[in-house]
Amino acid sequence: MTRETHDEYEYLRHTKKFPNVWCSGCGIGIVMAALIRAVDRMELNKDDVAVISGIGCTGRMPVYLDFNTMHTTHGRALAFATGLKLAQPRLNVIVVMGDGDALAIGGNHFIHAARRNIDLTAIVVNNSIYGMTGGQYSPTTPMDSLASTAPYGNVEQPMPICDLAIVAGASFVARSTVYHAIEMDRLIEQAIQKQGFSLIEVISYCHTTFGRINKLGTAVDMMRILKEKSISKAASDKLPAQELSGKIVRGVLCNQDKPEFTALYQQVIERAQQSESNKDITS
Amino acid sequence: MKVKLMQGNEAVAWGALAAGCRFFAGYPITPSTEIAEILSRELPKLGGKFIQMEDEIASLAACIGASVGGLKSMTATSGPGFSLMQEHIGYAAMTEIPCVLVNVQRLGPSTGQPTSVSQGDVMQARWGTHGDHPIIALSPISVRQSFDLTVTAFNFSELYRTPVILLMDEVIGHMREKVELPEAADVLRVERNGTSVPPEWYKPYGDTGSDVPPLANFGTGYRYHVTGLFHDQMGYPTQRLDEIDPWIERVHRKIDRNIHDITLFEEDGTQFAKTVVVSYGATARSARHAVKLARRRRSKVGLATLFTIWPFAEELVSRIADTASHIIVPEMNRGQLALEVERIAGRRKVTRVNQANGEMITPQMILNAIEAN
Repeated sequence: MTRETHDEYEYLRHTKKFPNVWCSGCGIGIVMAALIRAVDRMELNKDDVAVISGIGCTGRMPVYLDFNTMHTTHGRALAFATGLKLAQPRLNVIVVMGDGDALAIGGNHFIHAARRNIDLTAIVVNNSIYGMTGGQYSPTTPMDSLASTAPYGNVEQPMPICDLAIVAGASFVARSTVYHAIEMDRLIEQAIQKQGFSLIEVISYCHTTFGRINKLGTAVDMMRILKEKSISKAASDKLPAQELSGKIVRGVLCNQDKPEFTALYQQVIERAQQSESNKDITS
Repeated sequence: MKVKLMQGNEAVAWGALAAGCRFFAGYPITPSTEIAEILSRELPKLGGKFIQMEDEIASLAACIGASVGGLKSMTATSGPGFSLMQEHIGYAAMTEIPCVLVNVQRLGPSTGQPTSVSQGDVMQARWGTHGDHPIIALSPISVRQSFDLTVTAFNFSELYRTPVILLMDEVIGHMREKVELPEAADVLRVERNGTSVPPEWYKPYGDTGSDVPPLANFGTGYRYHVTGLFHDQMGYPTQRLDEIDPWIERVHRKIDRNIHDITLFEEDGTQFAKTVVVSYGATARSARHAVKLARRRRSKVGLATLFTIWPFAEELVSRIADTASHIIVPEMNRGQLALEVERIAGRRKVTRVNQANGEMITPQMILNAIEAN
């Protein structure tokens, strides 16, 4: 544990004023530490890592990390990351988003980044609420839950993030929770290594908004719910579908090899250069 | 160089390549699509990158991402797409990341008339994104100038770390003219002012005395933070007034102090004229013809053609107002840049000649205004 803590410190910005913006007990810090451990274990050079985010609580993660970091606009992190990755394919580009950021305002970019199968690692911290703005219902809020904009209960179906990524064409899709921190960093490591679009959905909680309005208790109580409701992919495969209702299935849900976008675009460059010997641009 | 017949949009694409553009992200939209089509063909030949994004919001986002990755980047669009891009014009202004955005104006609002000409986005180019911010917008009047001003747009963008808008219109974009483009080697290119200080000394938004801090590309050993929040010299979010105020002052100062280099225009007989036509874009072509006709009838008419729309050429218009008693501002909208002329030259009579129905303003309409005086 001491070693892990020391390693994490090495990756934090010492010029940035701490503490962070997150409420005490929040799960986002656990995701940040898991990301650091994954990068550390892979022995990536900090200069070769870019962390891009959108807006919201999770969007504040990059500022604390000693990488090339960019806090972009609401929902658009994947579009910025697409440009950066295409410009600098050798960079490991990691995109951190919340559920509202990635799936409501950013839903279109999410689908198309997965469809292109561009080599980005997307981490969606899913706390099923808009936390920063005070607890409005999000695309992943469970039905019948209360939210500050759903005072009579939410009547919208939650978005299955992982299913969406798989159908859209992602190479690697996995799910974890903030309770399963060590498992999470292994999954993030696999996702960074994978060539193509990778998604890790990390189930988290927001005890200060969603938990409070739905009377789910403290951060520890909500963490316990994650532990009790979750089941590994291997164990879930042995159970009939009806017994999986309400369960969080953890682990690798999809891992397939398919052509990656920036590699394919390199072929486009070669084709263009072969088809015509470079002429003067104004000829 | 060979003389060629080409469209304004084509000239923009060649101008971008000559300026060193190596990244284009866009979304198909009339009447700008030729720019994307040409660059999808030509960029990979030079090792550059082209990508068709899922919408215009993503297009400008990808350009900013690629620019921070070190590639000169451009997107091209028209009215509806320009509306969607406003969000990231603000982001580029706030983060001071260079990028060029071409808006081939068509008739609006909304879907409007996709193949008809307009100059309806003049004020949107200035104030379309929320918050106070500096902006540069250039507007060509010919095919050859579409090439030249595209190069200038890239140069200004890198020189001042700012988004630059090339405010074309449908007529200039689609019009074909005989042009002779310069050799690539003869094109003046401004390269990004990078840094060579040790990484621990680098301040991405530092006050270096020049108002434009050096920009290190991602992946080159300078790890720093970029955010759309107000930030300090290190790029970290701040709420401190003593950090926010200097930022606001500096980003406006970097344009204001260089305003003589940025405001491009041409004057023809404005010095001794009682009546001066102030014009830009396709309308300037009608204005030029109208002035020629009026002079044949012995009217003392001057012509000022603006190539830089924003920042507005306040000094020029003020000087014109010193000697002329009547200023005519024809434009294909309900009167947008005329508001600026009136602001500066309000002590003189300012006549607006407007048409916002997708048709060009004819020389006769401008001539009538000259002779009605």
